[in-house]
Amino acid sequence: MTDDLIDRLAAHLKPVRYMAMQRQLIGALLLSGVLAIVAMLMLLGMRPDMQTAAVTMIYWTKFSYTLALALLGLAATLVLARPGGRTRWPWLAAVALVALLVVLAVIQLARADDMMPMIMGSSIIRSLTYIPILSLPVLLASMLALRRMAPTRPALAGFAAGIMAGSTGAWIYAFACTETGMMFLALWYTLAILIVGAVGAVFGRFFLRW
Amino acid sequence: MQADPTEMRLRELMLASLDGDAAAYRKLLADLGKHLRPYFTRRLTPAFASHAEDLVQETLLAIHTRRMTYDRNRPFTAWLHAIAHHKFVDHVRRQSIRLTVPLEDDAPILAHDDNTDAVARRDLDAVLDNVPTRTSDLIRRTKIDGASVAEAAAAHGMTETAAKVSIHRGLKALAARFAGGPK
Repeated sequence: MTDDLIDRLAAHLKPVRYMAMQRQLIGALLLSGVLAIVAMLMLLGMRPDMQTAAVTMIYWTKFSYTLALALLGLAATLVLARPGGRTRWPWLAAVALVALLVVLAVIQLARADDMMPMIMGSSIIRSLTYIPILSLPVLLASMLALRRMAPTRPALAGFAAGIMAGSTGAWIYAFACTETGMMFLALWYTLAILIVGAVGAVFGRFFLRW
Repeated sequence: MQADPTEMRLRELMLASLDGDAAAYRKLLADLGKHLRPYFTRRLTPAFASHAEDLVQETLLAIHTRRMTYDRNRPFTAWLHAIAHHKFVDHVRRQSIRLTVPLEDDAPILAHDDNTDAVARRDLDAVLDNVPTRTSDLIRRTKIDGASVAEAAAAHGMTETAAKVSIHRGLKALAARFAGGPK
């Protein structure tokens, strides 16, 4: 019986490309990312003052904070997609990144005349709604890709994919977001990303079992 | 770093398989089957030894469908072990089988001769066949696998006292039969 199985498997052998796993995950991320960008343009549109915003510190902070978190999520997902994969440094780096942003935010607050707009902004609900929505394409695509891989810690792999998706969604949302407070970014963007991470963990727990 | 010969041979077969060499692949899978069978049998209680073949097949299938997750620069046996271990844990969870070895046991899959175990186990099976199935399983769990009477009783939905009585009677019957001694 096992011999029959071996015969059948050997008969269906197809060569595996070099770095096939990385190609699939990164390909899924890029394709679904483009879809999310189109969704952002249709649902929200670019912020009207993009020209002037593109030279501000806060815009580039948003841009690089979310992009760095997305890359750390990708790095963790790539490790956890393999059987027995363990991650440590991507999580430590992510925590360090959040801590760094909080420090910058406190410095910005200390210089501000009025703190509250820097913290609460005017679009908390909007951010907490649209970041998860714009994360959905990447979340679904990375889950589908991971299903064909071998995560032996499905919930953690799902969480990593969720952080990657949430950060990508936040990076895309940042093109439409006019908030200027770093603390707003540190609190609400991070919260939105963590929500997507939690959704990914729950997804992974049930959807990535094999 | 000096890799052991098994690792080198299996890894070479795996690399050829990833490039599409069906003959190497067939050889690899047949080889892995031989290593995996004792690996699983040793981890299952004798009562569930028949599940080993299912686990071998499930693992081979997983190796096939998820072979792109093997990193060509890393040891093959580590990858294999991670998959086999995962399949075993998953199986135990689904069946809620009692374990013979703790899950953290990271003993190598390879280089285990299960021949001596098999002989001892066959004798044991023959002896335990002389008492009712439930009694023999209780004896196995408590005397061989090292479970407590309470755990063994729970597995059969019995009270602890009933299990104790059953084990005692079973051992007495076996002693009467095989030790040749008086009551």
